[in-house]
Amino acid sequence: MSKTIVELKNVYKKYDDGFTALKNISFKLQEGEFYTLLGPSGCGKTTILQSIAGFTEVTSGQVLFDGKKINDIPANKRQLNTVFQDYALFPNMNVFDNVAFGLVVHNAKKDEIQTRVHDALKMVQLEQYANREISELSGGQQQRIAIARAIVNRPKVLLLDEPLSALDAKLRKDMQYELRELQQNLGITFLFVTHDQEEALAMSDEIFVMNKGEILQKGSPVDIYDEPINHFVADFIGESNIVQGKMVADYQVAFLGHQFECSDAGMRPNEPVEVVIRPEDLVITTPEKGKLQVKVDTQLFRGDYYEILAYDKAGNEWLIHSTNASTDDAIVGLTFGPDDMHIMRYNETEAKFNHRLESYED
Amino acid sequence: MKKNFRGLFFTPYVLWLAMFVIAPVALIFYYSFFDIHHNFTLANYQEFFTSGTYLTMTANSVLYAFLITLFAILISYPMALVISKLKHRDLWILLVILPTWINLLLKAYAFIGLLSHDGLVNELFQFFGLPIQHMLFTDASFILVAAYIQIPFMILPIYNSLTDISNSYIRASRDLGATKWQTLTKVIIPMTLPGIKSGIQIVFIPSLSLFMLSRLIGGNKVITLGTAVEEHFLTTMNWGMGSTIGVVLIISMVIVMLLTNTKRKRRRA
Ligand SMILES: Nc1ncnc2c1ncn2[C@@H]1O[C@H](COP(=O)(O)OP(=O)(O)OP(=O)(O)O)[C@@H](O)[C@H]1O
Ligand SMILES: [Mg+2]
Repeated sequence: MSKTIVELKNVYKKYDDGFTALKNISFKLQEGEFYTLLGPSGCGKTTILQSIAGFTEVTSGQVLFDGKKINDIPANKRQLNTVFQDYALFPNMNVFDNVAFGLVVHNAKKDEIQTRVHDALKMVQLEQYANREISELSGGQQQRIAIARAIVNRPKVLLLDEPLSALDAKLRKDMQYELRELQQNLGITFLFVTHDQEEALAMSDEIFVMNKGEILQKGSPVDIYDEPINHFVADFIGESNIVQGKMVADYQVAFLGHQFECSDAGMRPNEPVEVVIRPEDLVITTPEKGKLQVKVDTQLFRGDYYEILAYDKAGNEWLIHSTNASTDDAIVGLTFGPDDMHIMRYNETEAKFNHRLESYED
Repeated sequence: MKKNFRGLFFTPYVLWLAMFVIAPVALIFYYSFFDIHHNFTLANYQEFFTSGTYLTMTANSVLYAFLITLFAILISYPMALVISKLKHRDLWILLVILPTWINLLLKAYAFIGLLSHDGLVNELFQFFGLPIQHMLFTDASFILVAAYIQIPFMILPIYNSLTDISNSYIRASRDLGATKWQTLTKVIIPMTLPGIKSGIQIVFIPSLSLFMLSRLIGGNKVITLGTAVEEHFLTTMNWGMGSTIGVVLIISMVIVMLLTNTKRKRRRA
């Protein structure tokens, strides 16, 4: 059983100007796992990292490290390190001195510094670059040096604030693999911040989806993708078709004038709900065989699939991913199975949502 | 067409430079080769580098300028550091700069009022039962007042380089385990070195040739190269010798510039 290394308990953060950036944040980080804070710009991701790293004081609530409260411990005494969004590599030092900084300030011995800096640089595959100046490195290389500098003190937890956002798409993909591999090799906890949902889904053991200073949902990438708690999460994580409906009874949902069998339960009879269907779960057939009839509006070729935009009679937009092209303005049918629908209640809290899922999901 | 326009644009600057920078410097060089009777000679330089008077004077000037610059740095750096952390820091720095708008002579007289035998400082000493000090016309008071006058010129470049440091460098340093003191000595001071260097450039050279202060506060006991230049041009009318000292000052300025401009060398080959 793995051990909790960082815990936030009912953390609130109110800035001096009265703005509440964090509202009742609680979560636990286990040793050796990869966590991602995912949310739109300004939702409070950096504020969470800063309150763990010690750069900002939380207004109320507890920050625990290894079971001990660290609210009042200064940043330099906290045994975790940060990779900054702008890397913050010291321009007056070369690569070696940057990486060695954390050891030098702890008065490590010369030969120990040599070996540990070398090891850290090897971890990020830049051992030959020790004597380079920071200005002589590419963006991707600077990013790796920032990681090497942060892991040289062998922290138990590494905080990474959008470390890949400054890189181009190709390099970004490569670094995603490398970061994930590095985390597994080091065996330490990563708390990674991003506003890119694909990045979060690809890298994480667990994702915390945030909006406006709150954590809306925690879960594995698959859970969050397949069973989003509400409209915001469904929309933010991947593409989705969301329509309003009514929960007629357990396992029976009605929308667009038809009743369908579904795999969700635990709601009040006739409760208004939202129904999510992912574009890749919709299958195009003939109008007669389809559960819904839609008119194809436009289609885009995306390489491995066609992205088809269609409208039903009520004017709802439907996004369909299909391996075959369709014809513009054609009326086609759409089918989907009971498991392809996911039903969301309005204003359901995460605790109630998880409880309801557990009640019928085994 | 375009080139002509450009030339037109630059003409005023070139003229300005020629008239007020190049011509005076050339004239100083020219005069330094003539003796008091307008005969061409190298005797001025010979005298400067062989007579003990001029060489001690030069050594004295360098020593005073060094001390003035040193005290200016020692006072300005902590002050700039504190001000850069204040909420209305731009207002505070303006207050520090404000005395430069007051005429130097007025400031000197103000200090005479403070430091003289019956001045405010001695009155305070008396109030606390301390013996009256003889402060005016001492080396110490000269260096103190000169450093005070130079502080705004030292503090401004340091302050600017301090406010240029992104907060994330300081956070990174703290995050890696550095104490506040280690952050200051290993990150902040090295990163503000360019500011300190330009402060030195602005303060050291004028300090070599302060003449009014050395008279009014130093009481003519402090003889610097500046006093000598003034003496030669206004009293002995030996413009040649005065210019020679001027040339020495210009060359030492170039040397200070070169010394403080050295690019950081690579350590660890
Ligand atoms: N010092 C401050 N004073 C007042 N408000 C602040 C301060 N710092 C941040 N905020 C506000 O707190 C909110 C959260 O900021 P935070 O930097 O945590 O966002 P973020 O999720 O990291 O966003 P991004 O993805 O753009 O980096 C923002 O609305 C921001 O305006
Ligand atoms: Mg941020």
